[in-house]
This record gives sequence, structure tokens and C-alpha cells, in this order.
Amino acid sequence: MAAIPSRHKSLVLLAGVVLVQVLFLAVQIKRDSQGRLLRSWTVGAISPFERSGAWGFGRIRDVWRHYFALQNTSHENETLRRENDALKLQLDQLQSKAAEADRLATLLNFRRLNRDVPMLGARVIGASADAGSQTIFVDRGEQDGIRRNMAVITPDGVVGKVSEAFSNSAQVLLVTDKDSGLGAMLADSRIQRPVGGTGEQMLQLKYVTNDDTVNVGERVVTSGMDRIFPKDLPVGMVADVKPGNPFKQIRLRPAANLGRLEEVLVLLTLRPLELQKPAEAVTDAGEKPPSPGPLVPKP
Amino acid sequence: MMNDTFDIAGAESHIEVHKFRAGSIVLATGFALLVQALIPVYFPKAGMLDLPLLITIYFALSRRNPSTGLLLGTFIGLLQDSLSKVPLGFYGIAKTIIGYIASSIGARLDTEHPAARFALTVLFFGVHQGIAVLIKRLLLAQPEDWFTLHLAIAAGVNAIVAVFLFLLLDHLRKPS
Repeated sequence: MAAIPSRHKSLVLLAGVVLVQVLFLAVQIKRDSQGRLLRSWTVGAISPFERSGAWGFGRIRDVWRHYFALQNTSHENETLRRENDALKLQLDQLQSKAAEADRLATLLNFRRLNRDVPMLGARVIGASADAGSQTIFVDRGEQDGIRRNMAVITPDGVVGKVSEAFSNSAQVLLVTDKDSGLGAMLADSRIQRPVGGTGEQMLQLKYVTNDDTVNVGERVVTSGMDRIFPKDLPVGMVADVKPGNPFKQIRLRPAANLGRLEEVLVLLTLRPLELQKPAEAVTDAGEKPPSPGPLVPKP
Repeated sequence: MMNDTFDIAGAESHIEVHKFRAGSIVLATGFALLVQALIPVYFPKAGMLDLPLLITIYFALSRRNPSTGLLLGTFIGLLQDSLSKVPLGFYGIAKTIIGYIASSIGARLDTEHPAARFALTVLFFGVHQGIAVLIKRLLLAQPEDWFTLHLAIAAGVNAIVAVFLFLLLDHLRKPS
């Protein structure tokens, strides 16, 4: 038997190994068997490691999903939170603008109802620097026709009067100030009495005798006798009635929300005025177009 | 021959033949088969990796002995067949041939450089795939494409993985 050259031995080995495997393949195909013995050995040997590996992979995957992947979720949450905050801010701004639009619409409506009354819309730009006085500052002044003692109102009711007029702004003394006073009357009984401030957020109906009947919840309106505020403008509502000597102690809750004033109307006249009631205004509304006036506050 | 260095045919420069720590080849092979069987369960795209082939290439290139290389390829290929649905010998034949070629090339070229390893892996992946298609068409009578884009991507991915895997496996070598 001829010896195989050493450098061809590996080649012969290759051919032999490949040939054996080809034959093995052919046998498997012919008998439709899949080398079950070798497979069961291999699978039996490796399956314990596969089970351990699967458990390990499962643990790693769980850790990944519940920890590392949550970092992404955390980042996503942060982004969403910021977006939510931005949207909230935007919503607040929109709500504020909507509320402002509502207030301006109310002012406009009030202005249309009283189109013959010269009035000017003004924006509240500041409040008193000391806690002892109840005043505000508005963004309209002498240049806009504002003068001292002009009435300042809102569609809800009286606010106060101009205590000082400057070039481009004015100081308004609120009806709640201790030095403030106006002519008023009880809407039902028509008893006329002055109303003064208390230095707090309440008003006081003065000089009502114990014989006069005053009920809690009764409306108080302007009488027009002070020659500043038009007649029948809401002043407030009776909140508290106590017997006193010689007069009752009657506290009123202001009709206008004096704690949250943003826009007001300044009546541009020092003559006595009479505001129209809504029912009357509706009747007249179709006859005369509303006159344009400087209603909207300065931007 | 398990010498640290020897002169092949007296023509090539001295090319180092690497020896490995005891049991490292078996352990590496077992680990590669285990990972090959596990990873696609959790990461289906990882199925394009052929870790047993990479192990075959690495050890065949390192041992630089065609007989050892082809027998190693046979061993790994048959184990892979055992854990697959293909008939025994399918990958056995392919990896036997790869083991032989890789060790033959390793005996003539310096295959330590990452670029050489990358290129050789792409080459061997192609040859391995060609043999597998041939077996399927000729012996199993099953239609199979010679080339697809997926195979080209798989060749690149395997080559990239091979570069890093081979660096890792270098630590299994016995210090010369």
C-alpha cells in the first residue's frame, strides 16, 4: 500500500471526513432519520446550561426592563411633565385671556347700555403702598380726561372715586377706605343713607335707626345724592345687621369685587348722571347704534 | 505540532502557532453553542450571528494545522447540527471545510491584525454559506438562494463581531 505524502495527509483526512458526513447525510435522508442518538446526547448535555442560561437571560431582561429601561421612561416622564407644565401655563394664560375678554365684554355691554354717559375704561396697574388705605392706581390720567372726584365703577357696582389725577395715571379711593363715603339707599325700602368704608373689605350703612327694617341679603344701591355716582348703581348687599345705640350696625358686602379689580370704568363727568337700567337699554338698543368710546383699557 | 513557533515549509517567515489553556476550546465551543441557542430567543435579529462558525475560524486560524482545524470544524459543526433541525452533517461538512481552509491560510498568513480578521471572516462566511447552499441543493434537494442582501449584512455583522470576539479569545492563549 502506497504511503500518503505527509503534506497530503490533511487533504485526505478532509476528503474522508467530508465523505463520511455526506454518507451520513444520505443515510439520514434515505431512512428519514435525523441521527437521534447524537442529537439526544448533545441536547441532553447542553439543555441544563440552556435552562440556566434562559433563567439568567430572563433575570437580565427583567432587570433591564424594570430598571435600565425605566431610565428612558423617567426621561420620557420628565419631558411629558415639562410639556404638561407648559400646557398648563398656556391654559392658564388662555383662561386669563378668556376671563379678561369676558370682563371686557361686560364692560362693553355696560358701555352700550349707557352710551350717553361718557366713560373710559382703565386698567388697574397698582395698589396702595400702605396697608392703612384702600386705594388703587389706574393707567389713565389727566391726558385722558380724568379729573379728581370722578366716579369709578364696574358693571357689578361702585368702586370708588378718583382721589388724585396724574398725567398718565390716577389714584382711586375705594369705597372701602375709611375716608370714603357715598350716597346710597336700600333697594326695597328706598331708605336713603350714606355708606362708608371700614378699612376692610366691607362697607357700612350708616345712620339707620333701630325702627327701620333692614334684612340681611337686601340690596343697597346708589342714591345719586352725592353727585358723584349715578343713581341705582349697585353698592352692595346687607351681610350683617346688629342693633345699636342709637343706630343699627349694618355691614355690607361690596357689589364689585374690590379684591380682584383688573379693569374699571371711569365716568368722565362731574355732573350728576343717571344710568339706564338694562330693560330700558334693550328697548333703545335697536334705535341708536352704540357710540364709539375709549372703553378698552390701554394695552 | 503544538510548538510555540515553527517554520512552515521553510518559505514563510516564522508564524506563531498558539496554544490554549486546557479545556478552553471545548468551553468556548460550548459557550458559543449555548449563546447561539439562547440569544435569538430574546433578540430575534441576533439569529444572523453564527458564533460556532466564528469559533471554528478563530481556533483554526490560531492552530494553523489543517488536520486539527478540519476535525475541530467537524466537531463544532456536528454539535450545531445536533441543536438544529437540519440533518447531521449539514453544518458538519461546511465547518469541516472551513476549518481546513482557515488553518491552511493561517499557516501561511499573519492573521492577527483586526483588518485581516475582518476580511477573512467575510470570506469564510461566504464560503460557508456557499457550501451550505450547495449541500441543500445537491444533497437535500431544497431550493436556496446563493446570495441575498440579508446574507451580505450577516457577513458584515459577523465580521464585526469576529474582530471583537477574537480579541477576547486571544486571552485564552497560553503566554508564549
